Amino acid sequence: MGKEKLVVIGNGMAGCRAVQEVLKRDPDRYDITIFGAEPRVNYDRIMLSPVLAGEKSFADIVINDEAWYADNRIVLHAGAKVEAVDRAAKVVSVEDGRKVPYDRLILAVGSDPIRLPLPGADLPGVVTFRDLDDVEAMIAAAKPGAKAVVIGGGLLGIEAAYGLSKRGMSATVVHLMDVLMERQLDASAGFLLTEALAGKGVETVLEAQSEEILGANGRVSGLRLKDGRVLDCDLLVMAVGIRPNSALAKAAGLDVNRGVVVDDTLRTSDPAIYAIGECVEHRGQCYGLVAPIWEMCRTLGEALTDGRATYEGSSLSTRLKVSGVDVFSAGKHLGGEGCEDIVFRDAGRGVYKRIVLEDGKVAGAVLFGDAADGGWYFDLMKSGEDVAGFRETLVFGQAATEGLRGLDPSAAVAAMADTAEVCGCNGVCKGEITTAIADQGLTTLESVRAVTKASASCGTCTPLVEKLLKLSLGDAFQVQTGPKPVCGCTHRGHDEVRQRIVAEELKSIPAAMQALEWTTPDGCSSCRPALNYYLVCAWPGDYRDDKQSRFINERVHANIQKDGTYSVVPRMWGGVTSADELRAIADVVDKFDIPTVKVTGGQRIDLLGVKKDDLPAVWADLNKAGMVSGHAYAKGLRTVKTCVGTDWCRFGTQDSTGLGVRLEKFMWGSWSPAKVKLAVSGCPRNCAEATCKDIGVICVDSGYEIHIGGAAGLHIKGTEILTKVATEDEALWAICAVMQFYRENAWYLERIYKWMDRIGLDAIKAQVEDPDARRALYDRFSYSQRFYRIDPWAERVAGRDSHEFNPLSRRMEFEPA
Amino acid sequence: MNALVKDPILWTDVGAVTDVPIRGSRRVPTAEGDIAIFRTGDGKVFALRDRCPHKGGPLSQGIVHGHAVTCPLHNWSIELATGEPMGADRGKGCAPVVPLEVRDGRLLLGRI
Repeated sequence: MGKEKLVVIGNGMAGCRAVQEVLKRDPDRYDITIFGAEPRVNYDRIMLSPVLAGEKSFADIVINDEAWYADNRIVLHAGAKVEAVDRAAKVVSVEDGRKVPYDRLILAVGSDPIRLPLPGADLPGVVTFRDLDDVEAMIAAAKPGAKAVVIGGGLLGIEAAYGLSKRGMSATVVHLMDVLMERQLDASAGFLLTEALAGKGVETVLEAQSEEILGANGRVSGLRLKDGRVLDCDLLVMAVGIRPNSALAKAAGLDVNRGVVVDDTLRTSDPAIYAIGECVEHRGQCYGLVAPIWEMCRTLGEALTDGRATYEGSSLSTRLKVSGVDVFSAGKHLGGEGCEDIVFRDAGRGVYKRIVLEDGKVAGAVLFGDAADGGWYFDLMKSGEDVAGFRETLVFGQAATEGLRGLDPSAAVAAMADTAEVCGCNGVCKGEITTAIADQGLTTLESVRAVTKASASCGTCTPLVEKLLKLSLGDAFQVQTGPKPVCGCTHRGHDEVRQRIVAEELKSIPAAMQALEWTTPDGCSSCRPALNYYLVCAWPGDYRDDKQSRFINERVHANIQKDGTYSVVPRMWGGVTSADELRAIADVVDKFDIPTVKVTGGQRIDLLGVKKDDLPAVWADLNKAGMVSGHAYAKGLRTVKTCVGTDWCRFGTQDSTGLGVRLEKFMWGSWSPAKVKLAVSGCPRNCAEATCKDIGVICVDSGYEIHIGGAAGLHIKGTEILTKVATEDEALWAICAVMQFYRENAWYLERIYKWMDRIGLDAIKAQVEDPDARRALYDRFSYSQRFYRIDPWAERVAGRDSHEFNPLSRRMEFEPA
Repeated sequence: MNALVKDPILWTDVGAVTDVPIRGSRRVPTAEGDIAIFRTGDGKVFALRDRCPHKGGPLSQGIVHGHAVTCPLHNWSIELATGEPMGADRGKGCAPVVPLEVRDGRLLLGRI
């Protein structure tokens, strides 16, 4: 007999989490099919705000990648809209005509953002804030200096405005009520929030009723308020709430009020159909936060595997995800009849706390500026513990209260049940964390994150995870404060490691690990390449490169491909080649049967699909024609792209090709924290696309503009002008100086644009514009180049590291006789 | 009697322990695909099928640290003694372990 068919409509947080809860209990019970309206894998919707703010990337917020679906034999139809449910036949019909049968069906179709029916609401540039497409539309519109208006001063609207302001826009929140987040905050906290947002460049307009969205040239141009005021804008975000998505259920004849009505086992009015998440109405209540959804999923996981759990509704707590603004709210935050308040203010620190008591128990809390104890108050509220005994210290938080009561501050954590959830984003319970700590000998926050994913997303449960480490390890655990550690092998940050390698003259990886008290015997695949680079940079000539600490591409000087073959890119100086070089490349392609030849974006030629054993012979032939490694695999100087400049172009102002070739011939072979791409354009028309490179030169009549900090990959960023010089020599000096400063100062794997964001353009300018500093940097770069400006291919053709390219033995290639 | 019990494993000498770099790996091609032999920082040797359980990446090309190797394609860490993924990827398949013995400084790979 075949397995029961479980069909899930909705590939969002609720749908996938419900499936995980089922798999956790009985992995083999169902054939599972998931339909998702969005054409992508399952991601963490609550983390869209940090994506909008540029603090995380989409990859960071993926919860389940494609491998998860494959590994659990789940059929995913992403981008497939389910149009109808035929309850009599137990079949769902998809928009493309397919019909899929089910034994049990889960509706996890979420909610739709509410669009206010204002005149002009359908103009281009008017968006909601719900999914990744919305975020991408906002990012696309977020040009520095442009204006955004966000209608709605709730959690989502504030996070949207903050994200847009981080992207360089001037953002204004328009809110109907007189207090921001009035459903979570009281007037005092709301006032503090308005002030804090102003400090982050977000303006607030309260008690403002929107009347009409204005347009110009077919796009949104402003918002007119009822009192006549007009707020100009290039982007308008509606974040006024959500509405449960119940159309499918209604059409199928299920009971629907505001949302799809479910009982305490999350069953709809049809016993074969369940519903969870934001589309649900349970005991008259609809939810729009993640914690209740997790609780529903747990109950449903039980229900679908013959368990007996029931869902009885959730208490809610809220945290705002705006960097540097700590806000927490739970329960009866406004107090009311029969309630008492305990209030604490510290103007200097911008802290406001209000604890609401009812019958000697915590009934609610609002925290602003210091929300670390939010979880504790929330626990007290849910447990209904009588707090009269420690009321005097309650407002000072858990540590103070329990310290004064003579309790061990870890007692509360110790008392938590193993099944209590610690990390809401990734659904990790206390038991999973303590087991991982014990079984795998984990000693750092980073390692717990790596193994369990707890606190790896939004990070608000970090203090709790640290307490669990403290509880498990005692004094062996030191709470990490200060900079982020290099990796789980150390608690030291990149800056400290770099400085001490130089100051203490540490000249080998073992010496560095010893002096810096590494906690693993020989590091890991994150810290070893970092340490190796820091030593290469600090001690050119002295330090012996540790091959085994290099990523494979840098070890064999070619790029590994998905099938284990390699790609080979010879250097073409400034993108200039010749008939002889092209002939030699063609001959190599024929001789070694190379399947793909591809022109790269960096004006070079990529030979793809080369077998590893062939690499030295391929290089030997390329060497013979005068070509050397293009370092297309390196955290180092990659390509220097040029246009033809005054050689040929009627607009060229300088010899851009010549400068590009000169730069590349001087700088090739240098290692750096991450890849470095250069380009030189002969005039401001910028045909070499220099303004999206790590370092770019725009030639003008009067000289050379040196630009840095561009990127056109995961992020797209235009460069900023570093300096302007009059001669080609000065251009070379300035570029080598900024390269050396980057090499000496940035963290491993940090591209120039990220480094620039972190330390500021002015700090870099200060080095390059001071003639003495620039000279010293240039000299150190030149000295280092004496050792690294060598062709790694020629060295390996001559026999170096031959073991990398030859198998250990060929004695087992054939079956035994 | 014991002398008559034949070792069921067929051993092949594939080279010296010192041919494998410390914190490194070498591969041995076979009719069923490559075998990777690893040597760790503390001098121990391990042999696994040279295929990451994730997407088949060549583990012999990864960075060896502790008693683990990190696959070069997508950074899965594989425990050398068991061939199993570590951390959050534990339980998602494994790279099969190949019998390996060291006799007099020589590496002997086993075939059953």
